[in-house]
Amino acid sequence: MTRYLRLLGLQVRTSALLAAQYRWDFLVDGVISIFWAATAVVPLFVVYGDASRPGIPGWGFGEALVVTGWFILLQGLLDGAINPGLQAVVEHIRKGTLDFVLLKPADAQFLVSTARFQVWRVFSVANALVILALAFQRIGRAPSPLGVLMALVLLVVATWILYSLWILIVSAAFFVVKVDNLTYLFSSIFDAGRWPSAVFRGALRFVFTFVIPLAVMTTFPAEALLGRLAPRALVGAVLGSLVFAAIARGVWLKSIGRYTSAGG
Amino acid sequence: MRRLLKAIPTMLQVGFAEAVAYRAEMIIWVLATTMPLIMLMVWTAVAEAGPVPSVSGRTWESGSFVAYFLVAFIVRQLISSWAAWEINYEVRQGTLSMRLLRPVHPVLMYLVQNLVYLPLRAVVTAPVVVILLFSPGAAHLEKHWATWLVFAASLAGGWMINFFANIAIGALSFTMESSVKIMDVWIAAFFVFSGYLFPLDLFPPWLREVAAWLPFRYQLGLPVELATGVHSLPEALALLARQWAWAAAFLVGSLSLWRVGVRRFQAYGG
Repeated sequence: MTRYLRLLGLQVRTSALLAAQYRWDFLVDGVISIFWAATAVVPLFVVYGDASRPGIPGWGFGEALVVTGWFILLQGLLDGAINPGLQAVVEHIRKGTLDFVLLKPADAQFLVSTARFQVWRVFSVANALVILALAFQRIGRAPSPLGVLMALVLLVVATWILYSLWILIVSAAFFVVKVDNLTYLFSSIFDAGRWPSAVFRGALRFVFTFVIPLAVMTTFPAEALLGRLAPRALVGAVLGSLVFAAIARGVWLKSIGRYTSAGG
Repeated sequence: MRRLLKAIPTMLQVGFAEAVAYRAEMIIWVLATTMPLIMLMVWTAVAEAGPVPSVSGRTWESGSFVAYFLVAFIVRQLISSWAAWEINYEVRQGTLSMRLLRPVHPVLMYLVQNLVYLPLRAVVTAPVVVILLFSPGAAHLEKHWATWLVFAASLAGGWMINFFANIAIGALSFTMESSVKIMDVWIAAFFVFSGYLFPLDLFPPWLREVAAWLPFRYQLGLPVELATGVHSLPEALALLARQWAWAAAFLVGSLSLWRVGVRRFQAYGG
């Protein structure tokens, strides 16, 4: 266990050093992240517009903004900690260099997951915190300590689910090799999470709660912060994420067994 | 010139074979551009509580949102281009030298490679067209046949703006290490100002004015507006003229950027 913690520290440090090498990226990433945060918020302004527009049923402007803020936070995590690794594995599989990872005396899933971090994406986290603060200022009250605690638990749950989904996608790369745009697909499906799950109906609501649990990742934490999430939902989310993680681990082990390397 | 004309059928053939070979990739790409469908859900949920009034005096009900976003999805499929990423990749890997060796202008090659995907994309979008025709959105489509001709021309114009913008941004990778980040910014602006996430009609007036002067609306918003019957015929023609002016500007601009940039190209490695 301590060995893995040490390894994690080492991997993070390498990424940080690499990021420090490209200091200009710090500025560029900062500007781009503000730009993307703006594109996430602008539709909300258009949906709510002036007072004459009804908006999303059951969600006031400030409340919907909490969901968007949480979405930007998770997007930062996804782009900063999860996607870079995914791209690295896809590249490894295509070139056959995954052999070198498999040869190392540590768990392969751990190694590929922690191989690369985009340190400058911490910007998105800052953006998200600003948006959340603005949202609660708009609502006119602060979240309760219990709500914050529940939201933090859900943040861990959401990260866990995102990570599991990511492992499932990487596993797909073992079967269909040319999947450069899988990350793109993943991020664009994830985009739906910027809206309160109340807008999805019927089958899609089921999919976004249980199959690709976007609702659990962004709407649940927002509801927790707003103090209206049922404790039962929280327990369900935690159990669900454990199931997700178990499935992802199983699929990963199965697909890595099928890995046959590539020439050169 | 005659040599070029003889080369084009072969290029089309090769490109089409490639497109069929990478069809899985294309499906992923199509699945990745389902944003209009998600926005459709959002807006129909909003419209359920009552029609949404715009500043221009139109009221948007769920049927008009269905028409708008299904057409937006279809248009996005038909105008899409990914040349900027391709150029970036090839410049970095040095494989662009293979293209430069051939006696055909590389931009023409990218163009052919894009066009061959159109039949496949049309197949993918066909079910959406059928759904649109049998949905509540059908009543909100344009009725006049002449406007549909303008729509077809605006599709070509939108495709041109998108494609040549891709070439222009791709050509920037000759002078900077990677222009992928510029493409990110371009796409973020496209999302907001093209009418991809919401009809521009619902923007406040001053932002609508801004959007009218930016190229993004003419990539996607204009064709969608034409198909959903927002504009009268004279209005449509005037907007089409603006769109083609943008297309011409991007054509000239991107080709000169390419010419300046390609001189700086030094192939690395293999």
